[in-house]
Amino acid sequence: MQKAEKMQELRVFAAQIRLETLKTIGSLGFGHVGGSMSIADALAVLYGDVMKVDPKNPRWEDRDWCVLSKGHAGPAAYATLGLKGFYPIEEAYTLNKPHTHFPSHTDRQQTPGVDLTTGSLGQGMSTAVGAALGNKIDGRDNHVFVFVGDGECDEGQVWEAAQFAAHYKLDHLICFVDYNKRQLDGACEDVMSHGKGIGAKFDAFGWNVIDVADGNDVEQIYDAVQAAYANTGKPTCIVLNTVKGKGATFAEPSGAHSSQPTPEQWDEAIKASEAAYAAVKAQ
Amino acid sequence: MSFTLIGKHEKDSRAMRDAYCDALREMMAKDPSVVHVDCDLEGCINTNKLAKEFPNNVFNAGIAEANAMGVAAGLTATGKKAFMHSFGPFASRRSFDQAFMSAAYAGLPVHIIGSDPGVCAAFNGGTHMPFEDMALYLSVPGSVVIDPTDYAQMYCVIKKLAASEKFSYTRLIRKGFTTVYADGSDFEIGKGVTLADGKDVAIIASGIMVDEALKAEEALKAEGISAKVVDMFTWKPLDEELVKACAADCGCIVTAENHQAGCGLGSVVANCVAKNCPVPMEMVGVQDRFGQVGPEDFLRKEYNLTADDIVAAAKKAVSRK
Repeated sequence: MQKAEKMQELRVFAAQIRLETLKTIGSLGFGHVGGSMSIADALAVLYGDVMKVDPKNPRWEDRDWCVLSKGHAGPAAYATLGLKGFYPIEEAYTLNKPHTHFPSHTDRQQTPGVDLTTGSLGQGMSTAVGAALGNKIDGRDNHVFVFVGDGECDEGQVWEAAQFAAHYKLDHLICFVDYNKRQLDGACEDVMSHGKGIGAKFDAFGWNVIDVADGNDVEQIYDAVQAAYANTGKPTCIVLNTVKGKGATFAEPSGAHSSQPTPEQWDEAIKASEAAYAAVKAQ
Repeated sequence: MSFTLIGKHEKDSRAMRDAYCDALREMMAKDPSVVHVDCDLEGCINTNKLAKEFPNNVFNAGIAEANAMGVAAGLTATGKKAFMHSFGPFASRRSFDQAFMSAAYAGLPVHIIGSDPGVCAAFNGGTHMPFEDMALYLSVPGSVVIDPTDYAQMYCVIKKLAASEKFSYTRLIRKGFTTVYADGSDFEIGKGVTLADGKDVAIIASGIMVDEALKAEEALKAEGISAKVVDMFTWKPLDEELVKACAADCGCIVTAENHQAGCGLGSVVANCVAKNCPVPMEMVGVQDRFGQVGPEDFLRKEYNLTADDIVAAAKKAVSRK
């Protein structure tokens, strides 16, 4: 397949993930729209092309792993995994309802395809590092992808894990920072700024760092992953400059962490997302 | 369970950390999935020697307990049988959210080892003296919580934990300890060990308090009081049948622990007694106090963790029948 054709497929998949993420959260009426929508394009690249996974055997030991350390982006993962065939997508519409298998934050014991349990921020970084170490000592060449939020990088544990990964030369660990510039209480710069920058920090911790200018562009993300695959001896951090709430009409302008729009706003957002999906398919 | 009681109140020439390392060494030689994650304390429990022998099984996470706990959970997710060690306060208080969420809640049975329990922290002082580590892990659903007393028990427990699918926390007395059992003794996690039979009072103890309980039994016998002594090394799951038998046989119970009595062995036994077999109870243990620095024999007296304290509590329990 030509690269252009592949990128077009990934753009379509990303639009579909956005639409299903909105429908999943919309089934409840409120939730973490902002940080789910900002990573839709990266999830499309991972599950649409680069990751080795088997929806029929979610714990296949040679699979690539994906850990949402920013566990509140669960709905984006549920949309992606459903579209990928791990379960019928409609099941995700039970999000946060009693006895659902789709809780607000990702849970490896609840949802097929979820590799590790997250929710308490910073922790998925360490468990992803542990999984990468386990794969390495068993001689597997699979990769572990982990998503951390920019606000999440306030947590000291992120940096404990970062130094461990560099010390043990876990070059099959690839960390995406969802640098959407906003956390719950406002702009990251106002709540807790990141000194010389998140990428600079990872660099200081001994990581290979790749800055993606538009973290909502599948081609730029794809190219960054290929560069990370070519890197040896260090873990790679890919800083995705993203837009919080990207593609959600009620969330993108404000960059809100969580949203509880009116039913009319939900209708408007889902219609707009359906139109966006149709438009990208027609390209 | 098949054990041989020695119980001569003699210090063992070995360190108890040797039991941990000996059990790991034997397992690692046969099973590549057994791993140990340490927090810059390999030199304290001698896992640095193991690290040389088994570089693919022993990992130093540096002074970063929260990450070490998460790494152990991640290793478990790839099929490893992971042990994680730090000093008791750091293997519990400092990394508790990680133990709770990344391991236990996630269904990843990490085996946590907290060294220098209670007054055994001695010269490291109150900052390093966990009287609450067991309480924290008792609160985790489905956890196994263990306070071993000597080499033979520690060695056996570690091997059984590696074969277990349950999340666990185990205390490790690092250095000196008193021999209670002969090497090769076998124990069952969740089953207490009756070391002396008696009819007037039952003493339920664990860890360093087991030998004190045996001394108390001898002192009470000299005064005409017949005491049953139980080593309840597993606090959770509690051997409720044995607690009920203690209440039925003796009519009163004394617990003895190197920990806060209000949220430890005393309280788990009291839960069982109150629900099933109400009898008078006394609790020897730390009474809502912080730790402090000093030699262990001073600390044992300071926190009323001696055979004399057990004797006094036993007499009081008997008088309340």
